[in-house]
Amino acid sequence: MAGAIVVRDLVKSYDGVEALRGISFEVAEGEVFGLLGPNGAGKTTTVEILEGYRLRDGGDASVLGHDPGDSPRALRERIGVVLQQSENVPLLTVREVHHLFAGYYDSPRDLDEVIELVGLGEKRDARVKTLSGGQKRRLDLGIALVGDPDLVFLDEPTTGFDPAARRSAWEMIRSLRLLGKTILLTTHYLDEAQQLADRVAVIQAGRIVTQGTPGELIGATRRTEIRYRRNGETTVVETDEPTRVLHELTSQALASGHELENLEVRRPTLEDVYLELVGDTVDEAAE
Amino acid sequence: MSVLAHQLVYEQRIFWRSREAAVFIFIFPLLLYALLASVYSDDIDGVPSADVLLAGLFGYGAANTAFAGLAIILVGRRESGLLKRLRSTPLPPSTYIAAVLVSTLVTFALQAIALLALGVLAFDASLPANRLGFAGAIVVGVACFAGMGIGAAALIRSAEGVSAVVNVVVLPMAFLAGSFGPTENLPAFLEVVADVLPLTYFLDIVNGVYLDGDSLVADPRALGVVAAWGIAGVAIALRGFGWVPRER
Repeated sequence: MAGAIVVRDLVKSYDGVEALRGISFEVAEGEVFGLLGPNGAGKTTTVEILEGYRLRDGGDASVLGHDPGDSPRALRERIGVVLQQSENVPLLTVREVHHLFAGYYDSPRDLDEVIELVGLGEKRDARVKTLSGGQKRRLDLGIALVGDPDLVFLDEPTTGFDPAARRSAWEMIRSLRLLGKTILLTTHYLDEAQQLADRVAVIQAGRIVTQGTPGELIGATRRTEIRYRRNGETTVVETDEPTRVLHELTSQALASGHELENLEVRRPTLEDVYLELVGDTVDEAAE
Repeated sequence: MSVLAHQLVYEQRIFWRSREAAVFIFIFPLLLYALLASVYSDDIDGVPSADVLLAGLFGYGAANTAFAGLAIILVGRRESGLLKRLRSTPLPPSTYIAAVLVSTLVTFALQAIALLALGVLAFDASLPANRLGFAGAIVVGVACFAGMGIGAAALIRSAEGVSAVVNVVVLPMAFLAGSFGPTENLPAFLEVVADVLPLTYFLDIVNGVYLDGDSLVADPRALGVVAAWGIAGVAIALRGFGWVPRER
């Protein structure tokens, strides 16, 4: 079966500046796909081309079998979009805004079900202007879901959230996946991608520098960090052979009767991999 | 219910819940009428002042509701990202614009009825001599000034500045066109300005149907000037109106 999103050699320039220099990736149906990258890397440009807001200069793109450049109504029936920033109609209630948007779709979901799903059940009759920032973001998600989309675009869904709000947003996104939705997520939070995404692509300066499951990306660097303190100084050993190095260290310590204080063996996180990748390409660009 | 009717119901709900809109767009012309009709008690050029001012404030109301009101609504919604958000839904843009226009027409028609009721009941003003023509003038006025309003929305970049900008246009235009009372002894250059303003010609049409019982199309030249302004606004909108925020 064809992927929900197929992108090949996507190219886009603004006033002669290349924002995308040949992006290719595929998102399977039911998959949560994360686009990671620093600000200005091309994440939002990519997503806005797929949402139908911008036209690509070159390459191919297919979203649910449609060309997003034409933004046909049949496609808009089946996608849900959460923008980075959008103020909704402040004078309507939560339920009214859902009802308003539901009216645009052929077969909307049950309103109250959606409102419960995004955790605004207690606020259903509150005017939008009285909601907190986090509640407004949930409302954005609610109205993106009200048309019962197959594919949901989430552009930095938890930017500006406190840790508790982020956790509950993550729970919500996980529950979307259980409903069988395909999700394209952009984020610059690495833990978010690691927590939510089945697969991740890292964008840097308009190119995808790597993609794969978070595990694969982490696995690609075999490095393991071993840290300990000796004579009050922290020592860090980076190695591809943690078993051997650790054995040597502990043998020495046992033989000499020393304790390896604060001994810690750490696998790289996605963040380490990411910084390594992004840092490398920055260096290359500078050369 | 069709999507157009669905959107129209919400447009009206949003309008009447907004205190600023209800006061500034709907009440203000009525208030000005009550004020001016109390001040001018004599006849103006042989016509009861309550009638002359009713026609004048009707014209001001059309410009205020359709031009100023629409520009404020559209710029605000564009800059807040709401229009961009709507573009990703199946709602056809033409349906959305149609709902916003019909909502503007409904608002102004209600205002015209309120203005007539206020004039007749409180100031002994006359009912329109040509009632069908008067109803037609409501549509002509909204069409012309809404066209200009959408054009203005394409030109105005910031949501903060839009109220100020449209009022700098509407209030002097209403004064020069004679909405607030006859403008005699205007300096020559202002006379020239008044001679090209759409409201001047719209008031000619309104005076014709309301006071003299003329047909709506009795003055084709006035109708032509009014139509030209509306079309110019739409042309600007077609070239420059965007759905995504301009700022940022």
